This record gives sequence, C-alpha cells and structure tokens, in this order.
Amino acid sequence: MAAVTYLEAIRQGIWEEMERDPEVFILGEDIGVYGGAFRVTAGMLEHFGERRVIDTPISESAIVGAAIGAALMGMRPIAEMQFADFISCAFDQITNFAAKCRYRWGAGVPIVIRGPSGGGVHGGPFHSQNPEMYFVHTPGLKVVAPCTPYDAKGLIKSAIRDDDPVIYFEHKFLYRRIKEELPVEDFLVPIGKADIKRKGSDLSIISYGAMVHQALEAASTLAQEEISVKVVDLRTLVPMDKECILESVKKTSKVILLHEDTRTGGIGGELAAIISEEAFEYLDGPIMRITAPDTPVPFSPPLEEFFLPKASDIVRIARQLAAY
Amino acid sequence: MNMGSQLMLDMLYYMSLAREMENRIERKLYRQGKILGGVYVGRGQEAIAVGSCIQLEPEDCVCPSHRDMGAYLIRGFSPHTIFAQYLGRKTGPARGKDGNLHMGDMGKRTVAFVSMLADTVPVAVGIGMAYKMRGQKNVVLCYFGEGSTSRGDWHEGLNMASVQKVPVVYICNNNQYAYSTPLDKQMAVASVADRAQAYGMPGVSVDGNDVIAIYEATRSAIARARAGEGPSLIECRTFRMTGHSAHDDASYVPKEQFEEWEKKDPLRRLEARLLQDKAASEEELKQLGARISREVDEALALAEADPYPEPLETLQGVYADWTMEAPLAFAGQFFAQEDR
Repeated sequence: MAAVTYLEAIRQGIWEEMERDPEVFILGEDIGVYGGAFRVTAGMLEHFGERRVIDTPISESAIVGAAIGAALMGMRPIAEMQFADFISCAFDQITNFAAKCRYRWGAGVPIVIRGPSGGGVHGGPFHSQNPEMYFVHTPGLKVVAPCTPYDAKGLIKSAIRDDDPVIYFEHKFLYRRIKEELPVEDFLVPIGKADIKRKGSDLSIISYGAMVHQALEAASTLAQEEISVKVVDLRTLVPMDKECILESVKKTSKVILLHEDTRTGGIGGELAAIISEEAFEYLDGPIMRITAPDTPVPFSPPLEEFFLPKASDIVRIARQLAAY
Repeated sequence: MNMGSQLMLDMLYYMSLAREMENRIERKLYRQGKILGGVYVGRGQEAIAVGSCIQLEPEDCVCPSHRDMGAYLIRGFSPHTIFAQYLGRKTGPARGKDGNLHMGDMGKRTVAFVSMLADTVPVAVGIGMAYKMRGQKNVVLCYFGEGSTSRGDWHEGLNMASVQKVPVVYICNNNQYAYSTPLDKQMAVASVADRAQAYGMPGVSVDGNDVIAIYEATRSAIARARAGEGPSLIECRTFRMTGHSAHDDASYVPKEQFEEWEKKDPLRRLEARLLQDKAASEEELKQLGARISREVDEALALAEADPYPEPLETLQGVYADWTMEAPLAFAGQFFAQEDR
C-alpha cells in the first residue's frame, strides 16, 4: 500500500464521503474544472458531476450562506475557502448564522468549512494566516486542525458526518511534505480527542497543526540530552480534550504550549488558564508559551523565518524549563 | 384580476391577525414592560408577506424578515407560541434563547433570520440548490427591507442565485426608512427593482399596500422559479407606519407622510374591495374583527401563563452531541451545579 500525502488523505476522505452519502456536496472557488487551488478536489467534477461539485463566484459569504441553506434542508455541504485567510469574508455567516442556529431554534447546520491555513510557504500576510481562534471563541462551532495524513483523513470524514458546523483547517505547509500509509478500510478520527504523538516524562509540549512536527523534531534533539519530551497533538481545538491535557501535565509537571498562531489570544493562553485552574498543584515550573509574535505574517524569507516558531526555539525553552 | 373571494377573505384574516397581534405587542405588552428588548412591527406592510406566502406549497420554504408576522402565521406558527416567544417563555419557538420574530422551524420550512439583515439572501440560494439537487419543483421566498439591499451579502446572494439559477423569489419590503435613514440616503437608484438588472434577473416594482398586486407579481415569479428559469426580485413599495422599533417615536418622519400613507392602508383597501365585490358584508367584516380579537385574547392569556425557561437552559443546545455538563466543563466549571 503506497503512502499518501496529507493533501491526498483529505481528498480521499472527501471522495469517500461523497461516494457514501449522496447528500454530501462541495462548493467553492475554482474547485471544479481546476480541481482547487491546491488540487484537493481534483477529479471530483469529472466523477461526481456539476450538481455536486459547484464552482462559485468569488463570494465567501454567499458560499457559506448557501452551504447553510442546503444544510438546513438536510444536505451535507463542504465549503472550500481557497485560503483560510479569506474566511474573514464569511465571518458573519459563520459566527452569526451557522454557529447560532441550533441554540436559537434547534436547527442543525451540518456544514464543513475547510481551507488551507498557516505559513512557511512565503505566502505573505494574506495567504499564511492561522484564523482558528476567531472560531474557537464562537460557541456553536467545532474547530479541527490535523497534522498527519491519518488524522487529516479521519477528521475530514468525522467533520462531514458531524451534525454541527465544523471549521477544518488544513496546514498548507504539510500538504505534500508528509506521507503516511493509511488503512484500506473506512476509519474515522473522533472530533474532540487529542493524540499523544510522542511519549515522554520530563515535560509536555502541547500543540497542533504543523507545529507538532517542530515539536517532534525538538523532542528528538532533546532526547540526546536525556530530556524526555511528551508531544500532545490537540487535533481538535473545540471541543477541547481537557482530560488528555490535564493528564499529560499531571504526569510531566512541566508544560510548553506551542502554536503557530500569534501570541495574544492564542489557544496557549486558554490552555494555561485551564492548567492553572485544574492542575496547579502538579506544576513544577512555569507554564511556557512558544508562539508567533503579535504581528501579521511577513513575506520576505528572513522575516517569515523569524516569525514562525521552530525546533531550535523549542529546544532552547525546553532546556530552560527542564532545568527549572 | 378575478380572485376567489375565499382567498381574499383568508388574506384579510392573516393581515388583520398580524396587525392585531402587533398592536398588542407594541402598544400594550411593550409599554407595560411585559415584553423586553427589541420590538419591530410591520404595521402598514401586512399585505406583503400575506399576499406572497399564502400561495406556497407546504414543502416550499420561507426566509422571513422582521416585519413579516403574516409569513409566520401562514406557515403555521400559532399566535400562542408567537406571544410566548415575545414574552421570553419556554414555549416560544426559540425557548427563550432569542426574542421577537427571531424564530424558525424547518418542519414548517421557515428559516429564522438573524439581526444582520440580508444574511438569509445567500441562505435562500442554498435552499434552492438543495431543491435543484434533489429534483424538487419547490421555491423559496426570501424577504428583506430596502436597507438590506445595501449589504454585501445581498449582492453576493443575488448574484449567486442568478448564476446558479435557483428557484428563489426575493421580496423587498421597501418601507422607505431603514431605522432613521430615508431612501435617498440608502441608494442612488430610483428603485430596488432596478438592482435586479445587474444580476441578470427580472425585477418588478409593485404597490406594497395592494395585496392583490403582490399576489399576482409573486405568482408569476413563483411560476418562473418552479419552471427552472431562476430567481426574481419583487420590490413592494410601502411605508413603515411606526418607528423602527417600539422605543422609536419616528419624529424624523414628516407627519404628512404618515397621513398620506394612512389613506393607503392595506387592510382597509382589501376590505373595500371585498365590500365592492360583495364578497363580504359590513357585518361579516365586523364579525371577523371580533373573532380575531377573541383569538388574540386567548392566545395571549395562554402565553402569559406559560413558564419562563429554567436558568440552566442557558447551557443547553449549543451542540447536537453536548450534554449540559459538557459546556460547564469546557467553561472551567467555575460553579458547581448546586451553587446555581
């Protein structure tokens, strides 16, 4: 069985769900004839036809609005944002309409809004953002951000089957950089469950998305120095797997919160609050954050390199924390 | 048009019921402090929702706006539950989670709008897409005011509706004021209907106080939609015979405008037509008024006797698969349940 890329895993997940359930369809900009800016939907128009693979005008708000309307009728639309950055154009439909329907009038809105997020590809300020926290802050939405092909496929399938709106961030840096062999049979990764990507006993690094790979690289380096690092991949930001987070912190007593999103208002602050409220007695050192700085994502290579957290930053902070 | 007298009587019933309910809501319950928050009524605009919605089939869908009480009544929301909604009771369609006409029920094929007006314009596109994908010959009626046509979602929605050729009829309550902003500060085109041309769909302007004209215009647009020929825009020119909401005395509206439009009242016009056609007598109209008044009294008494939701209802219904404990836990469980 050949290994598949992260991108191909997402494509397979969508494909299989469209085969399984005739109510699933996709809409977005350039997803049909062109197969999507990153080719996630390549071949789908030819296979599923233009009724279920819908090229739309450049209208993110109407794309999401239309997805909501179809979902209210019991369909299962998947709306693509060509870049996650453009999700801001649909912010109102997502946060005011989709997120609040169930609470206000009991109407489920089973939509998936997916798109490529994150930096590392010299995309500049408008093709590199990590907009997850706007949505993490909105009750009624679920937010997922996988970092491996297995999780990407399992989570897109779970997102499509979920009865509530799910925002699915796929990290574009990972699209073709990582490969993995996937099971032949149908499988799901549950929304709301974190995953231990590496076992360790001295400190925990809690992260998600592309940063998990930086954490794993740092953990390998640190292992040579006899520092044993546990890497927790959140996979889902809402609902949060608090149990896994607290269990990890209680075992290692030291924790680094790592994300590519900017610092202020990032998930790290929320995690730090949860940990200090519920695992304070177990801590043997300060809760450390490693994040992007509070700036837009810059374009020029030395600037973007500086902006993105990297394994060397993690190694440095982890050494300090281990010695604390 | 040779319209059946029963149909005209039905329309008069819904228009009168909407007005009587809104009179109670705005002029009584709000002033008594029994209804809190925003109250927006459609006095003077009742013909629009009624003349259009009354011809729908059950499987057709409606996206009403905040002055379309008649749409809710025709879709089967009872006066009792509507009053309960305004009063914040557990028995309202939003179970106290939202107020006024912010309510819906997909079982009744009625979508709950949000305060960001025009948001339902693209939502209606998606409903129409669902009908098309399933091969159904149904239509969506989507309502908004002229102020909504200044929003981006309106333009994105109309454009996509036309490109996708969905079976949607867009109906504008052009009541000439968006809160305090008059038409000429809202748009530089002469009529909302003119905007249709930009999106490649037919746009017509009708007298929004003439229920028969509205019925007719909507009938053609619905026939076009069912035939797979795509969306239409109908502008219904009317006047808001009240403030933007119950707290607003509308002092910015010239008195003469109210006086002029009072003479064009849609209810009185329909009554005159019924009398002229000898479809109803003065006595029958009086009886209808008394019947509605009684119906409203009873519904209101029921709603006022209904319980408020339990405070813990706040935590329920955010997600399909979350129990009440889950959001509590997610919030950090600052309060043990027994403390609440």
